Amino acid sequence: MVGPLALAGLVVLLPAAVARVVRKLLRATLLLTLPVATSVLVINVLFFPGGRDVLFQAGPVTATREGLGLAIEVLLRLLVISGAISLFYLTTSAAELTTDLERRGVSPRLAFVANASVQSVPAMLERAAAIIEAQRARGLDTEGGPLARARGIVPIVGPVILGAIGEVEQRTLALEARGFSRPGPRTLLWHPADRPIERAARWLIVAALVALLAARALGWHPA
Amino acid sequence: MLTFESVTYRHAGGVRPAIDDVSLELGEGEVVGLVGGNGSGKSTLCLIAAGLAPRIVGGTLSGRILIDGEDIAPMPMHELVARVAIGFDDPWTQLSGVTGTVYEEVAFGPANLGMPRDELVSRVDAALSSLAIEQLAARDPAHLSGGQQQLVAIAGLLAMGPRHIVLDEPTAQLDPSGTSLVANAIERLASEGASVLVVEHKTDLIARVAKRLVVLAGGTIVMEGAAAELLADPRLRDLGVREPSAVRLRRRLVEAGLDPVALA
Repeated sequence: MVGPLALAGLVVLLPAAVARVVRKLLRATLLLTLPVATSVLVINVLFFPGGRDVLFQAGPVTATREGLGLAIEVLLRLLVISGAISLFYLTTSAAELTTDLERRGVSPRLAFVANASVQSVPAMLERAAAIIEAQRARGLDTEGGPLARARGIVPIVGPVILGAIGEVEQRTLALEARGFSRPGPRTLLWHPADRPIERAARWLIVAALVALLAARALGWHPA
Repeated sequence: MLTFESVTYRHAGGVRPAIDDVSLELGEGEVVGLVGGNGSGKSTLCLIAAGLAPRIVGGTLSGRILIDGEDIAPMPMHELVARVAIGFDDPWTQLSGVTGTVYEEVAFGPANLGMPRDELVSRVDAALSSLAIEQLAARDPAHLSGGQQQLVAIAGLLAMGPRHIVLDEPTAQLDPSGTSLVANAIERLASEGASVLVVEHKTDLIARVAKRLVVLAGGTIVMEGAAAELLADPRLRDLGVREPSAVRLRRRLVEAGLDPVALA
């Protein structure tokens, strides 16, 4: 448990605090991990095989302290993984990332796909918001109980998905008309700044990874 | 000069030709309006002019399309796009969706052509200034008005350096002020020597920018001539083309019993 806790503090929370995104990070991470975390907690606490220290018993299921311990450890690992991913997206500009990837020789098409997939999320949300407004104006009930809300999803999801698919054809033609399919490298308009401290941080991450792998190979295991 | 020589085009699986034996010529600095009812083949003709049909959208084509006397059929797409540009009706889908500023958006096309950075910068600067939208350079293209986005899309085409521009309903989704911005841009492009083919349902725009008009029906050119005269032709209404508001007003006044000579 010490390992994931130390990682959560050092690798996720400390950089998030420096970047001043702790609140956003926690919200995104919790949202990302909630479904998996719930099942991890239920399965490990209630069905941990060989658990002896009984916390409580309800019918055929027995919650054990060992199961709870394992659940917390797995949860912490999950939080570290999703926290690191969220931190990356919260602090890295998609345009800078893909420009830098291209500069380092990644195919422009691959960079475009990576960038477009990130950038399309807010556009999709805006489209969904506009469609929700339009459907509400026609009397669709998007509020109320869970069942009413679930019923309201169908007339919203349809136009969002179909609209996005419809856009693809014209977007493809527009990209072709702008020379997107030309083989060879593109001209880069600018290079993202790469400060010495960022380079040092990258090497530090690589060194830490190697050190951790070596320590594990030599039998070190934090409690 | 952009020339269609007896062009016939069938969509993939299509029985009837979508474009049937069309011959047309656009001179330098000339703006030609292309009108017709729904399904008359206007958009298909635009795709053919830009080389996107049949090579990207499929189908079969006979006849030739020439740019300054050179057949476009054997030209690679990335060479063709630097000579003929095409703009579509929806400004949003024409934007690359991956750039954070108008400047980068306009640079997207020429950057794909792999030209030296200095040339790229000078082309982007020239395109922005040609449409008088330099002040938008640092703005996020996703947060502009429809008219401004359409201008950015057109600037992106201009930065590719084409001498021929095809615009398929460039103001379809724009309000009057956006339409006016695009009309100004078309006039400016023509004055700089570009030949422009404009498809529009808004015949007011055609009346303002085009000297020559081509009317399409069933994939064939059925009328061609001076825009001012043809737009006043009552047969246009039967072909599904809405007359310009000035013509409509004049017709209504005449129908109400007023003397057209006195009106003139």
